[in-house]
Amino acid sequence: MVQEVVHHFAKYLRSAMMPHIWCPGCGNGIVLNCFIHALDELQKDLDKLVVVSGIGCIGRTAGYTNADSFHTTHGRAIAFATGVKLANPELEVVVISGDGDLFAIGGNHFIHAARRNIGIKVICANNFNYGMTGGQQGPTTPLEASTTTTPYGNIEHPFNLVHLAAASGATYVARWTTLHVRRLTQSIKRMLQKEGFCFIEVVSPCPEIFGRRNKMRTGLEMMEWFRRASVVENFSDPSKAEISPEKIVVGEFVNTEKVSYERLLHEKIAQINEKAMGW
Amino acid sequence: MTKKRTLPTGAHFMSGDIACAEGAIAAGCRFFAGYPITPATEIAEHLSERMPEFGGIYIQMEDEIASIAAVLGASYAGLKAMTATSGPGFSLMQENIGLAVMTETPCVIVDIMRGGPSTGQPTLPGQQDVMQAKWGSHGDYGIIALAPSSVQEMFNLTIEAFNLSEIYRVPTLLMGDEIVAHMWEKVVIPSASEIRIVNRKKPHVSPSEYAPFMPEDDLVPPMACFGEGYRFHATGLTHDERGYPRTQNSEVQTRLVKRLCEKINKNADKIIRVEEVMLEDADVVVVAYGIVARAALSAVRKAREAGIKAGLLRLITLWPFPEKHVAKIAGQAKAIVVPEMNCGQIVREVERAAKETPVAFLSKLGEDPHTPQEILDVIRRCS
Repeated sequence: MVQEVVHHFAKYLRSAMMPHIWCPGCGNGIVLNCFIHALDELQKDLDKLVVVSGIGCIGRTAGYTNADSFHTTHGRAIAFATGVKLANPELEVVVISGDGDLFAIGGNHFIHAARRNIGIKVICANNFNYGMTGGQQGPTTPLEASTTTTPYGNIEHPFNLVHLAAASGATYVARWTTLHVRRLTQSIKRMLQKEGFCFIEVVSPCPEIFGRRNKMRTGLEMMEWFRRASVVENFSDPSKAEISPEKIVVGEFVNTEKVSYERLLHEKIAQINEKAMGW
Repeated sequence: MTKKRTLPTGAHFMSGDIACAEGAIAAGCRFFAGYPITPATEIAEHLSERMPEFGGIYIQMEDEIASIAAVLGASYAGLKAMTATSGPGFSLMQENIGLAVMTETPCVIVDIMRGGPSTGQPTLPGQQDVMQAKWGSHGDYGIIALAPSSVQEMFNLTIEAFNLSEIYRVPTLLMGDEIVAHMWEKVVIPSASEIRIVNRKKPHVSPSEYAPFMPEDDLVPPMACFGEGYRFHATGLTHDERGYPRTQNSEVQTRLVKRLCEKINKNADKIIRVEEVMLEDADVVVVAYGIVARAALSAVRKAREAGIKAGLLRLITLWPFPEKHVAKIAGQAKAIVVPEMNCGQIVREVERAAKETPVAFLSKLGEDPHTPQEILDVIRRCS
């Protein structure tokens, strides 16, 4: 008799959803793995965890996580999560989605949630393109990159996501690549222990769809770029945190304390009710 | 309004928007997300003051798309939730109304109709969104839409909308218009014990046995909420009863989409409400809804005074469409008159249900709804 071996992280995954949809060499599995490590190390109560995602390859993460989870329409994960967090502030609400979902179609929700400092935690897998629809140009596609909709090279300037998050008011901002699994895990742990709006960008390989059009045909080649180019510059100016063939600036950029929207709101409600009851 | 955590039971003079907001609170709504838009803004303004007094949440979002998304999130987190808007915002909400249908999220969307298309006439009434209410989001689905004719009904039907959305796990639309929203009238607010409140069915199985989209006999699945330990998944993708995506399976798609339609259609007799005035012997029946029904009632009374056997079928429920009621009057009346503040929307449903009976349509766009005289003239021609 062969004894069935159950992975000690199996409880964090919805096994009935497997196999996952991700391509060989994709970084999304690493993002999910680091997230699960962080949950495990913090001994997070999965009954009080809600994972929300939008549309795109990484958007399937919500379904793969064995917590309450919701797969929203394209771009609306943060807006949906805002309703969840305000309705029940005891829940840990994590949004895991992609660069196109969070910063193109959902960009407005991102900046406003950060401005309000709503206590939702956002992890963005940035793979520089729309992977699920076959590799179109997106808001983080590097200049001159080749995609299925920029066959002559991209002429749009990409967003610097950590600069955008910091400028919008996030209390915690970090960037890592999928090569930095230990630092990314630590960063997710730190984020999950903070109050307010937090953001981690994970530069993630997409060899099948993006890499092969840009001289990085395999996941390994993309990871080699991350290894060669990454420079840890903690608490450096996020506006200067470049992502280029030569240099990927990673690290923690913001880690501040700021009272969250939901705390202010519920304190306000308590004050109003004290007054109302004594009327 | 007194600052007390009780309903303002008694008679009041208030606007339709305020009555709607008070109706929401009376129904147990504890989450409102919205974005300013004429002529629905007063609902948000009033709830920004009243919600906190009941421990509820008011938030102004960055747009209408965010508003409806936050409403869905709050509903899944266990609160009764609502948003209010007008035509342009209603258009922006359509994709997530489809998400609410697909994920069977109880919620209420108030659309105070103004003149369209596009920015149109922000301060003037219209009934141009009633087909959008049924068909605005892509795909096939059942939905519930109610049409208040008075300030009192802005209160009553908001409560009814919450109850229906909770019973059928479907977004329920309150299709008001600029006049019922801005008009001030007497409203009687009953005591809390006199108001019927219905809450969503909760699961009666353990988390390991729970399938979030497994319907019961009424075709509605019991609903767990986030944080209750059921650890379920919901998605806008075609999904099986466990909530897992099954995007390549025609059987799952057929079963799911048919149920989303049938849970409304098969329960239509329980959902539909109409008001029937002098229909017993009517030769000419006016079918109207919203503010226009008030002018229609006046026209019908004048016609009776003039010896014409006229009657009124007032549609309180627009969707599911009260087909049987129209078919019944079509069987006895010589003609049906449909006045609407659009270029002909509900009239198409009336014609479909009326079969051979002739239907006269009276369109009105712009500033005022039809006058009783305008409707009376058509009744005369048809009699």
